[in-house]
Amino acid sequence: MSIVFEKPHALSDVGFHYCPGCTHGIVHRLVAEVLDELKLEGEAVGIASVGCSVFSYNYFECDMVQAAHGRAPAVATGVKRANPDKVVFTYQGDGDLLAIGTAETIHAATRGENITVVFINNCIYGMTGGQMAPTSLVGQVTQTTPYGRKTETQGWPINGCELVSQLEGTALAQRVAVNNVKNIREAKAAIKKAFTYQTEKKGFTFVEVLSTCPTNWGLSPQESLKWMEENMMPQYPLGVYKDKGAKGDE
Amino acid sequence: MSEKVLMKGNEAIAEAAIRSGCKLFFGYPITPQTEVSAYMSKRMPQVDGLYLQAESEVAAINMVYGAAATGARAMTSSSSPGISLKQEGLSYIAGADLPCVIINIVRGGPGLGGIQPAQSDYFQATKGGGHGDYNLVVLAPSTIQECVDLTYKAFDIADQYRVPVMIMGDGMLGQMMEPVSFPAHDDSVTFDKSWACNTTGMKRKKNIVNSLYINPDELENLVWERQKRYDLITEKETRAESFFCEDADIVLVAYGTIARVAMNAVKKARAMGIKAGLIRPITLWPFPEQEIANVAKTAKSFLSVEMSTGQMVYDVKLAVNGKCPVEFYGRTGGVVPVPQEILDKIVEMSKKL
Ligand SMILES: Cc1ncc(C[n+]2csc(CCOP(=O)(O)OP(=O)(O)O)c2C)c(N)n1
Ligand code: SF4
Ligand SMILES: [Mg+2]
Repeated sequence: MSIVFEKPHALSDVGFHYCPGCTHGIVHRLVAEVLDELKLEGEAVGIASVGCSVFSYNYFECDMVQAAHGRAPAVATGVKRANPDKVVFTYQGDGDLLAIGTAETIHAATRGENITVVFINNCIYGMTGGQMAPTSLVGQVTQTTPYGRKTETQGWPINGCELVSQLEGTALAQRVAVNNVKNIREAKAAIKKAFTYQTEKKGFTFVEVLSTCPTNWGLSPQESLKWMEENMMPQYPLGVYKDKGAKGDE
Repeated sequence: MSEKVLMKGNEAIAEAAIRSGCKLFFGYPITPQTEVSAYMSKRMPQVDGLYLQAESEVAAINMVYGAAATGARAMTSSSSPGISLKQEGLSYIAGADLPCVIINIVRGGPGLGGIQPAQSDYFQATKGGGHGDYNLVVLAPSTIQECVDLTYKAFDIADQYRVPVMIMGDGMLGQMMEPVSFPAHDDSVTFDKSWACNTTGMKRKKNIVNSLYINPDELENLVWERQKRYDLITEKETRAESFFCEDADIVLVAYGTIARVAMNAVKKARAMGIKAGLIRPITLWPFPEQEIANVAKTAKSFLSVEMSTGQMVYDVKLAVNGKCPVEFYGRTGGVVPVPQEILDKIVEMSKKL
């Protein structure tokens, strides 16, 4: 009998705790596949952040360090500076990365810290039960914006890729989505590029993944994908915002 | 280098850290500890180490967390307002059982306070500071030489018990110069780092550095296990020095540079015929409760002398445990008491004996 499909080695043999239809799991798998393909599992340290992905320290087979809310890029910096030739990545949500941890994100990028940040943008604080995130859309109803996000009081969404692409230390800033097969393939290619750039010491690599939160959006997994396409993509256009490795972008 | 050199306390701590094998330092400027950072930025590149100026004290302590998680010896330093920002990180470091060293050169507070020497962060250092059931080991040098010796000690205690260790000095200690020597560091002792996240190399099972335990029973067990280590630290590492306590009626308790001022006052009191003595806690946590309790069997009263409105005095009272009165004398806000003020207080107390 030939094996036609296997779990990536870098993904631990334990069940995910994610809600049905949540795309966190897809992104985990992509990261693990990339670690396998680049043979980095034994060379990598992952940093779990605080959010729904907090237990990612149980899901990746490489060494894992759990960081305080928002501090993953600083923790990754400490790990990386102690082991400059190893591979270090963070896996963070939007609240973690663009609210409480904004300073850590920006400064890791501007230092050109040789780490890879996998940024899960689901426009919500998933873990705490669906409050407004810095990335929540204008008008979006959440537990703490019951009348919809109003710009007069809550301002506008923050665009992570656009922000970090302005910083010289950023080698790669790319926004991808995991809503269909084509995009999932592109997402994997972006993650692979990010890790490859890291091994080439090109600088800070940042992959923003548009992700769903069916539970807190109050939608079915199918409806969630549609909501992402119709509402998130106009605010967060997919694409490459910075690529120091691309010709003409050096 | 065993000959004596003239150094500021801040620089001596930095040099001692490097000699202890500290290869990573993460800082953020703040008076009166900036010399630690400045010295590190000059010396670390010479010894193949890392000096990194973080974007904040919050980031600096989390960088220490990351570096310590790999098993490396790492350190940060700051002063009061910056140490407040580090509390979150300290709680996580304690919760994840990571060894590291934190320098706190205390200045007057609260708020932005002032930049002159103070001891008003005793509560913060010894009673938690961050959230959760944890303790920092807190070492309080009173001379520049002791800064060196305790820095060596701090890294070993941190590694041996997997705990964060704070060296707490005041601005005076950081800034003043004294001759110091750097004894050869004993590198022969090794510590178990099999828990470190320094990559598996596909040769071992993965390690996880973490402080999250959703199951209350599991968390409780881990917290009690840590508590046992704290008990062991209390048993093995508690340190204090005492002077003229055997026949003393009035026993002063003071730490850090103020212990030197208090010593001066004690000697003057003795010259006047007052039987005064001094206990100088070297570890503020664990607190030298037993030493104080022993002296309390024969002493007639105690006096806690601090550069605060009275913080350590509560620990002195607990240790004396009602055996005799405990009084307090303090200056705060960056004001350093002179020997005469303390002597006046001793004389006043002697009249009540
Ligand atoms: C200092 C601190 N503040 C608040 C929290 C509570 N908290 C846990 S997860 C979270 C939000 C996570 O949202 P996000 O980063 O978007 O991740 P998601 O769950 O959506 O994947 C918050 C506020 C915390 N753990 N620590
Ligand atoms: S709450 Fe949302 S983000 Fe969290 S696991 Fe469930 S669906 Fe995913
Ligand atoms: Mg989120």
